[in-house]
This record gives sequence, C-alpha cells and structure tokens, in this order.
Amino acid sequence: MKKHRYIPMTEQDQSDMLATIGAESVKDLFSDIPESIQYKGTLPMSEALSEAELLKHMSELAERNANFEQYPSFLGAGIYDHHIPVVINHMISRSEFYTAYTPYQPEISQGELQAIFEFQSYICELTDMKVANASMYDGATALAEAAALASGATRRKRIVVSKTVHPEAREILHTTAHGLNLEVVEVGISNGVTNLDELQTAINDETAAVLIQSPNFFGCIEDVRSIEPLVHEKKALLTLSVNPLSLGLLESPGKLGADIVVGDAQPLGIPAALGGPTCGFFAVTEKLMRRIPGRIVGQTTDTDGKRGFVLTLQAREQHIRREKATSNICSNQALLALCASIYMSTMGKSGIQEVAQLNLNKSHYAAQQFSKDSKLAFDAPFFNEFVVKLPEGSNVEEVNSKLIEKGYIGGFNLGKSYPELEGHMLLAVTERRTKDEIDGFIRELEDCI
Amino acid sequence: MIPEKKLIFELSKPGRVAYSLPESDVPEVDLKDVIPESMMRSKPAELPEVYEVDVIRHYTELSRRNFGIDNGFYPLGSCTMKYNPKINEDTARFPGFAKIHPHQPEESIQGALELLYTLQNDLAALTGMDQVTLQPAAGAHGEWTGLMMIRAYHESRGEKRSKVIVPDSSHGTNPASATTAGYETITIKSDERGLVDLDGLREAVGDDTAALMLTNPNTLGLFEQEIEEIAAIVHEAGGLLYYDGANSNAIMGITRPGDMGFDVVHLNLHKTMSTPHGGGGPGAGPVGVKSKLIPFLPKPIVSKYEDGTYYWDYDRPQSIGRVKAYYGNFGILVRAYTYMRTYGPDGLRRVSEVAVINANYMMHRLAPYFEVAYPGVCKHEFVLSGRKLKQYGVRTLDVAKRLLDFGYHPPTIYFPLNVEECIMIEPTETESKETLDDFIDTMIQIAKEAEENPELVINAPYDTVVKRLDETTAARKPVLNCTCG
Ligand SMILES: Cc1ncc(COP(=O)(O)O)c(C=O)c1O
Repeated sequence: MKKHRYIPMTEQDQSDMLATIGAESVKDLFSDIPESIQYKGTLPMSEALSEAELLKHMSELAERNANFEQYPSFLGAGIYDHHIPVVINHMISRSEFYTAYTPYQPEISQGELQAIFEFQSYICELTDMKVANASMYDGATALAEAAALASGATRRKRIVVSKTVHPEAREILHTTAHGLNLEVVEVGISNGVTNLDELQTAINDETAAVLIQSPNFFGCIEDVRSIEPLVHEKKALLTLSVNPLSLGLLESPGKLGADIVVGDAQPLGIPAALGGPTCGFFAVTEKLMRRIPGRIVGQTTDTDGKRGFVLTLQAREQHIRREKATSNICSNQALLALCASIYMSTMGKSGIQEVAQLNLNKSHYAAQQFSKDSKLAFDAPFFNEFVVKLPEGSNVEEVNSKLIEKGYIGGFNLGKSYPELEGHMLLAVTERRTKDEIDGFIRELEDCI
Repeated sequence: MIPEKKLIFELSKPGRVAYSLPESDVPEVDLKDVIPESMMRSKPAELPEVYEVDVIRHYTELSRRNFGIDNGFYPLGSCTMKYNPKINEDTARFPGFAKIHPHQPEESIQGALELLYTLQNDLAALTGMDQVTLQPAAGAHGEWTGLMMIRAYHESRGEKRSKVIVPDSSHGTNPASATTAGYETITIKSDERGLVDLDGLREAVGDDTAALMLTNPNTLGLFEQEIEEIAAIVHEAGGLLYYDGANSNAIMGITRPGDMGFDVVHLNLHKTMSTPHGGGGPGAGPVGVKSKLIPFLPKPIVSKYEDGTYYWDYDRPQSIGRVKAYYGNFGILVRAYTYMRTYGPDGLRRVSEVAVINANYMMHRLAPYFEVAYPGVCKHEFVLSGRKLKQYGVRTLDVAKRLLDFGYHPPTIYFPLNVEECIMIEPTETESKETLDDFIDTMIQIAKEAEENPELVINAPYDTVVKRLDETTAARKPVLNCTCG
C-alpha cells in the first residue's frame, strides 16, 4: 500500500475498520457497482509527482507566462493591474476563512458572516443602494442575473443592452437569454458612448431592463442622467454595471437612479489570475430586495440579546425553493468578497478617492503622450481607460506581440469584438504605472507601428 | 460572556489611514477639467478610517470566530470537506499564475494554457468523457452550462423537449438550474431503497424529456446500481443523462460517469479536488461531454496546434456561447491541477477507497444509536435519521448545535429532503480512525444526553461566541447592512 501524506489510514487501520464493517476486502464496499462499469486498469492521466518535483513543474509552467511584475501592463478590459495592499493576502490566508464552507452554522461562523455583512455594507455605501448580496461569480454573470431579475419583476421579456457593455458580458447575456427565453436588443454606439436616439427607440412597453456600463467598455463615462428618464418613462429597470474603483470619484449609481447595480470587484484588491476568480457584486433598491439572487447575511440577536449574523431571506434560494428559486447560484465568491472588503477597509474614505484620482492622472497623462499618427478615438470623458486609433493599416495583434518582446503588455485589440474598430487599442493606465513606464511604453508602441 | 465584536465601521476615527500610495509622478489632473460636474461624486463614500493594525486585528478576530477544516473535523455531507493542501495555495500564488491577464498574447501565457489543456484532458479521462470545458465557476453554474448544451443538442436535431427529470433526493441547484435553462422540472420519488424508482422513471419519461439529472452515488450516499437500465430508459425516450458530480469523491478510478451512460458531467473541484471553499466560494465546476455534444461546448476551449503551442479555440459555430467572463476560475484550476498531480491516477483511486471505508466504518459504529436511513453498503457518505430522538423533544438541529460544544463542525442536516430529521455525514479520506472514533463517541454521548437530559441538548451550544440566533426576526425585519436605512 503506497503511503500518502494526506491520508492517515494505515494497513492496520484498514483491516480493523473493515472488520468492524464486516467486510473482507475493500472490494466488498464497491460490490454495488456493476462489474460491467467498473474501471479496470490505470486512468490515462498525468502522473503523480513528489512535492519538490511538483513545485519545480509548477514554477516551470508559471515562468512561461509573462507576468505584471516583469512586464508592465497596459491591458484592462475588465481586469486590471492595481496595487494590492499586502495585508490582504495575510488576512485571506487565515485558514479559518479560506478552509470554511458556506456559513451554515452561524454560531461557529460569525467571522465569515460578519465579514459578508460588512461587504454588503461596503457595496451599499459605495453604490448608494439599499441592499447588496454576498457576491456573484463575476461582474459579467451578475449582469445576466440582473436581466433575469428584471424580467421576473416586470413580467416583461425584452432586455435592451448597449453595445458599449463588455462584449463578454453581452455574450453571457445572450447565452442566458436563450435559456430564459428573453429577447435581447443591442443598441449602437456614437463617439464611444451609447447612442441615445437609438436607445430611446429601443426601449418600449415590453422592456424589462436597460443595461448600461459606465465607465463603459471603452473607458468612456456614459451620460446616465440622460439615460435614466428614458428607462423609467417606460417603467423598465435601469441596470448599471460599474467599476467600483471609479466610484471614488464618479457619481454613485444610486444617486443616478439605478434600480440594479452590478460590477466586478476585481479592482478592489483581487489578483488578475487570468481573469478569475474575481467577485461579482449585486445591489438593488429596497423594492427588489426579495428578488435578489444569492446569499444574503442579516443582523439579528442571540438568545442573550447579543448582536449576531445569519444567512437570511433564504426563501428566495435553491435549497428551499428548488425550481422556483430566484437563481440557481449556490457557491459564490466569498473569499474574493473578503479581499474586496479588506481592500476597502485599508483604503478607507480618503484612500478610495486618492487611488481613483491617481488612475485619472496617469491615464490622462498617457492619453496626451501620443505624438505621431495615433490619436484618441473618442472625446467622451474617461476614467482610467481610453481608446487609441493606431495609424491606418496597423494590426493590433502584431503590435502586441512586438510589445511583449519589448517587455510590455499592450492594450486590448478592439477589432476582435468590434469589427468597425479594427486598428483600435483599448489602453488601461492604473496607479501602478510610473511615468517612466508610460513614456517607455508609448515610445515602443510608436516605434513598432 | 464573550463581548460583541465591533463592525469595522465602528472602529473608524477621522484622520487615520491604512494605505500607502505613491506621490503622483505625472501632472495632477483637475477633475473639473476632464469630467462634467454632473458625473462627479456628490458625496464621498463613508468608508471607515482605520490604520493598518486595526485592519489586522479586526480580520484576525473575525477569523477566530470562524471554523475551517484546519480547526477540526468537518463532516459536512455533500460538501467533501477534505484537507486543503498548502502547496495548492503556494502554486496558485506564483506571479506567473496570479499576475497574468486573460487577454495577453497567447505566446505570453503558454504555461497557463498548457496547464488548462492538460487539466481538460485529465478531467476527461477521470470522468470518461470526450471533451471538457473549464469555464463554469461552480457546480450550479456547471449544471446550467450542461443543460444549455443539452438544449442546443436537441434544438440542433429539430426537437423541442421541455422537461428535466430529477429525483426527490436531488440537490436544490438541479431543479433551479433546469428553470434557468428554460426547462420544467419533473420530480420523481425515490423508492424504498433510496434509489431511482424505475417504474416511476418509465412513467415520467417521454418525447418531451430533455434530460434526467442524477448524482451517483446519490445524495443518500447510495450507488444507483441500475444505472445502466436508467440510462437505457432515458436514452430510448430520446433524452440525455446529466451527471451531477458533486459526489465524485466516492468513485475516482473505480467507475466513470461516461461508462455508466452519462452524456454530460460536471465536477465540483472545490469538493473532490481539494480546492478550498473560501467560506462560500470560489469554486470551479468544469463540465465534460460525450462527443455528440462537443460542438455545443462554451467558447473558447483550449486547443493545441500541431507545433505544440496552445491557443484559445473560438472557432466553434454551434457553441452555446460564453458562460463566464474570461476562462473560468483559473486560480482554482491551478490548485486542482496541483492536487491531481500530487496523487496521480492510482493515488486518486486510493482517495476514493479510503473515503468509502471511512464512511462505512462510521455508519456501522453509529447504527446502534441512530437510525440509518438506508442500511447496506454506502459510498463516501451516509444518511442517518434523528427521528428517534423526537420522543425526548430533541431534534436533529439540537444534535448539530450540541456538537459545536465539542469542537466539531456538524454534519449536513435536513438535506436530502426525503429523509425525516436528516443527518448526512461525509468524513472524507483525510481523517484518521482516531478522529472518527472521537466524533462517533461524541455522537453516542449526545444520543444519551438526549434521552437522559434533553434540556442540555436543546439549549446547546454553550461555548460559542454567540448562542442560537433569531433567524425569524432576521428575515421578517431584515437588517442587511450598517450604512443605510
Ligand atoms: C449534490 C450537489 N449538487 C450540486 C451542488 C452545487 O454546487 P455549487 O455550490 O458549487 O454550485 C452541491 C453543493 O452544495 C451538491 O452538494
């Protein structure tokens, strides 16, 4: 019997335990599996490695990836290279947090429950909404859930979404809509923002929700104040997808009249990790409270009258309501919600404003440095991301390959998602980028086109 | 009495900071010059103002009020709370995995792509499937993804099938996912053995059956021995078979869903493959399919060119589309891959054998004291009924709460729904005989207490930071945050 460091069963244990069970061999315990479907032989899978060999193998795989430490990144498109305060990793590495399941037993899960309650409070404070849940898989799936919620709440089937919303979020929306039998109508773009005339035409009495992202996929800030009356006039629900970091400077979705607010908390202290795991957030008005998907924590008292926290409003959820649940979500992204909470605790009232201001400074500095034939594609206001139109005939993918050779991670190739924007690059400049890196990057970019 | 724990918001004192940001090395932008006032925040978000030590003490104290696997035995049925290896945490944090962007040029992430490609293939081998997507973020997400593929498959054949069949012992996400995929759920009763009732199934299937969703072993820990016949019934009706792989810890290398006749499988890597559950997530719910469903997989998947380089394969015209931004919970996939390479195929088989021995051992030792819902051989978990204790006024909930005083995380209770006063125990393979014996002895003691001194059990727990909480008021008058209303 091969010994293994995670398995304590000795040969003696095994024979003692089989004797208690009354089985002669391990095989007896699998006698309920028909012979015809028992697997014979060894599965054709990767072999086992010792701890040292495995560490070496994993480092070799990791080293074949260009990481942000060695390659300053100007890539955003929903996943950003922000500074992550060191305290976050220390705190989420407390195994009482990360090795726990969902807090089903509140008496021994007060830590997680309180952390989620604080996360909900942070999201409400940042967005000026009344109710937030414990997290969703990511910002993109949260947007699709918002469409589902709106359809249920309004008993309507038409979802209007701007083409300035993240293309991958729209792809998920289309997949989801097919399942729920929703109609999705996409609204065009003018000068980097939602075309308001088209939007107005698209919203009708059958419209359940209007989905707007701001800052949008191009980094441009949408004119939500003009959009809001168009939506509410038809009694549809305004859903805003926001970058939480931008809310250090930009008006809160609650104040702009949103009914549902979603987004991805990745900018709040969560590693990029090839795009996941991140953390979707979901907030609504009080009116929609009992329709919100996912886990929610509420405050209550124990039998001594002491404050405590529990999972609540569970009559919405799959384990109680089964096919009538408001969503099928069960496991969420709790540990990443904890990252975001610790980030917000660390940044505090002034930090969140300062870091947003730094993003603004850096991106606007970068946007002004293009000298030759590249120019800003749009003149709408932006936060930390903007679109550059490279000279006629430029191939963004080739440019990015050359930039990697020069030691930089270039911007998102917009032609991939918007054929009309062939030759356009979406650049993100966070507080992590220094002036030297920005200058060096733009020099190399202009050199290679 | 242990004092109440303050909220982080209650620690705030204006003027304190816990962050360190660089001075701006580029000109300061005046907000008013670049953003219209109507778009600017009119009132700052009132985030707490604390310093670094406050942050550390606050979250350290919260962690001390939480119970994880590293704190003790966690026999939470259906959740596979096995040890979460530390090496997984280390590898996932390598900068080459943690600090990379999903849209970097493919040539700059070949190591990550190779890992994903290998994991796709290893999971296909493990489940007996032909191709795997790693996009879904959790089990429920995998279920929905699988059902959407099943839908696309039927649609591609010009068939409109509207119903998904689930047993009454199924997990709540199964019917909820069916709804999200646009299906009506038909629930069938389990028979007296706790298994799928073949006659009931025959009655339920028809030309409107899209799929049967099944867990095998099922949520009672029992292997569906007639699985080949079940598969035949569903397939003959033109439906497909969906495997909820939450219980895969019982069967690795022993039997495969693909060989049982399943067409679609999801796995919960946050159960079977030891990735930590994070206090509620993140997970990863990869989905494997048989060849006839490959065209419908979400895009992209990772493929390999002849020259040995890897790429995102978007060329999938019949795909159901995307189900998750980017490429799934990559950080979790790195952990799962690390785990699978720790064991290899023979090791994983041993994992399942030991998980099953442990469960059967516990069931046999507890049987004289608690009613075993379905006697016989179990797989990785088993279900007891606490109904005998009702005569003393003690319920399963009380037994669970009393276990807290002994330093255990209680088993899953009141699930599955078809067993009265249900107690569902899953020990996993990473627990020793001594741990199991201690827990069993405690359960026996609590059964005695229930009989001799029921008040002791009913008023438990005694040693926790809070006592039983008022859940009714929490739901009736919800207080869901501390910042508004
Ligand atoms: C049998 C079964 N199916 C499905 C799920 C859902 O998995 P997840 O929580 O990852 O969505 C679970 C998890 O609790 C389960 O036990």
